[in-house]
Amino acid sequence: MTDNARPPLVEVAGFCLSLGGKDILRDVSFDVAEGEYVSIIGPNGAGKTTLLKSIIRILGGGTGEIRVAGRALGDYTQRELARLVGYVPQADGRMFPFTVREFVMMGRYPHLSPFSSTSPKDEAAAARAMEMTGSAPFANRHLDTLSGGERQGAFVAAALAQGARLLLLDEPTTFLDPLHEANISRVLRRVNREGGVTVVAVTHDVNAAAIRSDRVVALVGGSVVFSGPGRDLMTDDVLECVYGKRFVMVEHPTARMPVTVTDGVEE
Amino acid sequence: MSALSKGTSAAGAARGRRAWRLVGIFAAVAVVTAAAPFVGASFISPWRLMTGALGEMDSAIFWQIRLPRVLLSFLAGAGLAVSGMAFQALFRNPLATPFTLGVSSGASLGVAVYTVLGMALAVPGLPGVSVAAFCGALLAIAIVYGLTRLKRGFSTATMLLAGVALSFFFSSLILFVQYVADLTHSFQIIRWLMGSLDAVRYGSVLDVLPFVLGGSVIAVYLVHELNLLTTGEDIAASRGVNVSRTKKTVFLAVSLMVGGVVATCGPIGFVGMMVPHICRLMVGWEHRRLVPATLAFGGGFLVLCDAVSRVVIAPAEVPVGVVTALLGGPFFLWLLLGGGSEGGLLRGGRS
Repeated sequence: MTDNARPPLVEVAGFCLSLGGKDILRDVSFDVAEGEYVSIIGPNGAGKTTLLKSIIRILGGGTGEIRVAGRALGDYTQRELARLVGYVPQADGRMFPFTVREFVMMGRYPHLSPFSSTSPKDEAAAARAMEMTGSAPFANRHLDTLSGGERQGAFVAAALAQGARLLLLDEPTTFLDPLHEANISRVLRRVNREGGVTVVAVTHDVNAAAIRSDRVVALVGGSVVFSGPGRDLMTDDVLECVYGKRFVMVEHPTARMPVTVTDGVEE
Repeated sequence: MSALSKGTSAAGAARGRRAWRLVGIFAAVAVVTAAAPFVGASFISPWRLMTGALGEMDSAIFWQIRLPRVLLSFLAGAGLAVSGMAFQALFRNPLATPFTLGVSSGASLGVAVYTVLGMALAVPGLPGVSVAAFCGALLAIAIVYGLTRLKRGFSTATMLLAGVALSFFFSSLILFVQYVADLTHSFQIIRWLMGSLDAVRYGSVLDVLPFVLGGSVIAVYLVHELNLLTTGEDIAASRGVNVSRTKKTVFLAVSLMVGGVVATCGPIGFVGMMVPHICRLMVGWEHRRLVPATLAFGGGFLVLCDAVSRVVIAPAEVPVGVVTALLGGPFFLWLLLGGGSEGGLLRGGRS
């Protein structure tokens, strides 16, 4: 995939993880190159969230290897890792009474030392992150007063404020209406193209994954069953293998690739 | 652009308001603490104190009885309040405090056992009874922590119920210890369980000081971590917080403070729940403001409660634990029913 000498930003090799005696990830292997936009798809319970949490080491343990920027995950302190990798969790509906600015500033944690207060450099990084994600206009609002789309923008900003080169997102657009979904997708593309940030996003939106990302990785039952460009994903056989159902497919008029549409009502 | 700058100035104003409220808390606490030693069964005139016209009796009451008592109240209140604040941040729940999770009962059990057995718990420089209380607190925390580790996604509500069960269990053990103890020890335990600040000497102040000071320094050291833990363990970890180490450090700090305070003053309830909550409503959730506010307010609050306990049925005294519990019970219910909109850690937000 990469022609240059730089190692991939993320290398997952033969990674297995079980939680509570249940195998969640089995022999997962894939790479993510610097600057890539990768979508991870798969049915519920396929281990997508677990995989993201393993890369940012919210979940420890597991066998096999995960390397970030050429270094094994185990060689990083949590703080060092946070300077490279940002994470936007699934929206769980729980909110906290911080303002967007306060929350984004808290993303500077891996650059702060105890007893210290924030520096102009931190302020600048936070301002840049809010600018990039379009969160600046509501910087002074409390998180619990934001709409779902604004909230996601703030969460992306906080992860960017960390100085992350890699952004891991867990279903960033799942609960959003079409307008806010489009906004967040635009923000993520901008972060990726202009900010040079590598993006790995878990999603259930197969069409968006195929059209908008450089590559799609499909997990089923904790194993990678597909890794490749969206165009190759969008075939009857591959999708059926991933989701266990057949899709109705049509040609997308501008993307020039097949996309799925809602099944018709069976008579 | 003008909207943006207007917004910025509004935020500046909000920040400024909160900073002023912090100053206000400090000022009010300073006034209360300075006034408290003059109040009690007999009023001591500040004017006569300053002019040196105080009688020998009044002078002894002021310097030898009331002043150490006020200092001890302040330390105890500050320690209990900041312990509660740390637990509330860690467990993301306004009802999760050392008192509700059984840590105070654990410390009490330690003291009860120590009182009866009179064990020689010799740690150089520290009173044995405090060490016993600290061990009891650690035991309770270990049990609570073990429960949260037992199952992932252990809900806070379940944990609170477990804490209540643990409290009852320890209370029964304390009653058992007290029942089998002889009359002197038995009375000692009962009187102490009510939470008392009387019969205080400067020695008691020095007994508590290292515990509260140590715990507070840890709390100040951890302000950034506490902020992030308020947003959840996953986010905290992804921002670079070593969550398990931070948790253990907080548990250690809380055991130190609760153990130190309980050993000397008894299990004074509800300070750790009410004070941080009120402080959050006043100065917000940013722990760089919240920690100093909670330390000061907690200290001032217990000084005030103690002053009330001295005058309400003067010349007799009500144990201070009774005063805080009388205030705390209704406050607990108010929180439970969703009072204090900004403090709704219990409820899910809008999604």
